[in-house]
Parts: sequence; structure tokens; C-alpha cells
Amino acid sequence: MKVLLRGNEAMAEAAIRAGCRCYFCYPITPQGELVEYMARHLPRHGGVFLQAESEVAAINMVYGAAAAGVRTMTSSSSPGISLKMEGISYLAGARLPAVIVNVMRAGPGLGNIAPAQGDYFQATKGGGHGDYRLIVLAPSTVQEAAELVMLAFDLSDRYRVPAMILADGMLGQMMEPVELPEPIPPGRIPPKPWALTGAKDRAPNVVSSFDLDPYRFREILRALWAVYREIERNEVRWEEYATEDAELVLVAYGTMGRICRTVVRRARKEGLRVGLFRPISLWPFPYAPLRRLAERVPVLLTVELSAGQMWEDVRLAVEGRAKTPFYGELGGVVPTPEEILSEVKKHVRG
Amino acid sequence: MEIGVIFAGFGGQGILLAGKVLAQAAMERGFEVTWLPSYGPEMRGGTANCTVVIADEPVGSPIVDRPQILVAMNGPSLERFGPRVAPGGMIILNSSLVKEPSVQGNARLLPIPLNDIAQELGEVRAANMVALGAVVKVLGLFPLEAAAEALAKELGARGREKLLEVNRQALWRGFALA
Repeated sequence: MKVLLRGNEAMAEAAIRAGCRCYFCYPITPQGELVEYMARHLPRHGGVFLQAESEVAAINMVYGAAAAGVRTMTSSSSPGISLKMEGISYLAGARLPAVIVNVMRAGPGLGNIAPAQGDYFQATKGGGHGDYRLIVLAPSTVQEAAELVMLAFDLSDRYRVPAMILADGMLGQMMEPVELPEPIPPGRIPPKPWALTGAKDRAPNVVSSFDLDPYRFREILRALWAVYREIERNEVRWEEYATEDAELVLVAYGTMGRICRTVVRRARKEGLRVGLFRPISLWPFPYAPLRRLAERVPVLLTVELSAGQMWEDVRLAVEGRAKTPFYGELGGVVPTPEEILSEVKKHVRG
Repeated sequence: MEIGVIFAGFGGQGILLAGKVLAQAAMERGFEVTWLPSYGPEMRGGTANCTVVIADEPVGSPIVDRPQILVAMNGPSLERFGPRVAPGGMIILNSSLVKEPSVQGNARLLPIPLNDIAQELGEVRAANMVALGAVVKVLGLFPLEAAAEALAKELGARGREKLLEVNRQALWRGFALA
């Protein structure tokens, strides 16, 4: 049965269905409905909802719950995510699974509350300190937001790597029909023998991101990067739309990805051979499929709600095989399909 | 088929609710749909608007550059969104508040005294449902009963069932006038 839900509500409900039982937050627009939904519903499922005194406190509560083996989540929007970055680096270093939702708004600084995609670098290239990666998934519909939250919990547990959902204010605020995924029964979540569950009748477990000996720490990080390489092999996700005969392919993710789908439909009506490549996993980024596309498509036009961040990964993937122009908007301004189509027409003829 | 509808007016005129009921009704009748609100400080006392897209395939852009239907509940909304209405599109105008509209482009204008009708029904806050009734008629995609059912569901969820009857009447009045 389909229900009409906001993106924020759908992500909250999906987290509960994924078995999230500890949610810690500090409120910020435009993800307030996620907080409200968790406050209303999580306690009824036997979970803990806690509004912390700050973002820093909330992410460290996530660290504690994750170390105890509980499926746990926090959510925020851009400036709040910046505050959580230290804790996220610690989660990555301690190999703790957790889900972090970023409903992006325009920055830098306090910026405003309009939708933007300026946190791509922060999400995919670090943001916190040290040599680490997050699994980063970017939904473009409310349905996909619910599904990717479920997936984020599974992947995070499987690899012991924190996962981030990179959404934006538009996806958080808008409503769409959703077919909610079935809840995972509590017994179906794989056990976590490494978790701190009380060392009765077993040797104590240690969860830490700390080792004073560089050679020992190097081995820990080599093992971590072996896991990252495994994720790069197994977990690349993307969608292609009307790319078979395309002379120009739009490369866009999240909200921009779906807006570009409308651009493709309009361009096709005018006889322009335009397609769409939509990365779903931003890390691991779909370098190889994009490179294959660049072998036969002369122009890959990246469109983002930023000054060009994913654009760098597109160019790394393409390595000069195709033209890689860029079109972006700043400050929370969302370009209309018409505006993008006129940009498309600068590069392709009917 | 992809139809964009913009509802716009003052905060407090039930703009977001009218859009949500339309989206809910369209969903129940098997259409793909998105509902996108304006959000943030502009909602408090200032202007409010929302965009509903109804389609027979998954909706791409939730923002609409050329709406087929505009509901302008006040003058500023007509000024802001009127020029964007698609050629041949329809502007449903609250003629209780906008007496002498400056008409725009190639859109057709349907003036309905939304506030006066709601007042006659004894509930001025039902003006949004008069407008929604007119929208459902202009759309011609599903019967008004679909909107009435969606409205009942929405009011039920808010514990406001006692407002259902007057709002149903408002829907019918708007439907009949369009």
C-alpha cells in the first residue's frame, strides 16, 4: 500500500523498519520532520529518542550506541553535519557502523535553508580528519530515500563503515507516494561479536580509534583500506536513463538527478538525443561505468546545486575521453528544467 | 501526461492543505504525484505556496516552470505566479480579494469569490476547498469524490472530523462554478 510521506518522514520510518533503536539529534531546518517523526514513533518500538544538548553530543551518543552493537542513526543539515565531523572520523577509525543523514542546505557558514549540494566534498572526501571514507548514498525520490536508508544500515553493519545519506532540503520537504519496505525482524540483524555487550564468559572486546605505535596503526589502516577496496568492488550503484543513443548525457545526483530526468524527456520531444547518468552511490563513485559511457558519448554535462564538486569525480572518471562541461547554481537556487535545457542546447544540436 | 498545479496565497489560507489533499486524491486514483511546499520563514504570516505535479509516469522535476493551473488566493500570488502559467493554462483567482486583476499572457482567468462562498457556508477558512473543487473540475482526471475522501482522511488524521461537512460543501460549490 502506498502512503504519501515527506522525504524526512520516509527516512525516519525506514530507519525504524531497518531496526534502528537509538536515534540522537539536535534540531535544524530543513530536516525537522525527521526529528519529530522519530520523537513520536521510535519510543513505541522500544527505541531511544534523545534530543541532545548539541550536535557534538549527539554524534558521540551515536558512537556509544554503535559500540554497544545497536543500530543507531543521527540526522542533521549542513552546518550541523560540520559539527558532527570529528565524531564521524572517530566512528570511521573505530570501525563502528552508524547511519548519518545529511539533508543539505546552502552554505558555507549559516547560509540559508534552501536546498543545495555543497557538501559533496565533505561527505565523499573526508570532512573529518584522517584517512577514511564513508559509504555515501544519494536518493532522488522519497521512495528511494526510504530504500537507501534501509540499505545504509545493512552496508554499514556488513563492512563496519559508517554510512551517510546525502539528501537535500527539497527531497526532505517534498511528499511523494511511498511503498514502505518491510520491517526487518529483530532476529534477522546479523550478530556483532565485536560489540561491547558486557564481557561475561568471554575476553573483553575493545573499540578504539587509537594506537600510539605507527607500525601497528598502519596495519589497522591497511586492513581498513582493504575493506574500502572491497566496497569499491561490490557497492557501486548508478542509474542510466535514455543513454543508448545519446549525444549528450547529463550527470547529476539526488534532486538534481530527477530534475534532469524531466530535461531529458523535454529534450527528446524536441528531437535532441540526451540521456541521464545518475550516481546513486557517491562513494564508491561509479568511475568505471561513467568511463565506459565516455567512450561513446561526446559530451557529459554535469549539473549540480554547487560550484562543481562531483564534477571533479566526473572528470577523474572520463580522463579526457569526452567533453565535460559544467552547469551549477549557488546559494540554494534550484535551476528549472527550462534553464538546464537551454544549457544543453549550447552543446548539442537536433 | 504531466500536469503542474501551483497553489499560492497568504500563510493561514490553507494553501499547503489544499495541495496535500489534491496530491492524496491523485495518488489514491493511481497517479504519480509530488507535493512540494515553500518552506521556511516565508510560511509564517507571509506568502505560502505549494506545487503539485500529477503524472502518469514517475515525476521528474517537482518544481514547475510552467504550471497548467494556478490557484491565486490573493493579489501578490497572482503577480508572482500569473506570468508563469502555461499558454492555455488556467488561473483560478480569488475574486473576493482581487477585484481588478491585471491579466497575464495567454492564460485563461476563472474568477471565483472564494472567500464570499466560504463565508456563506459559515466557514471562511473553507475558501481553500472551494478552490480545490474548481481545480478538480478543471483537471478532469478524477471525480470530486476522490478529493472528498482524501479530505476526510486528512481531517480525520488531525482530529477535525466536525469540519468535514462544511468543507465537502465547499468542494462541491467550487466544482459547480468551474
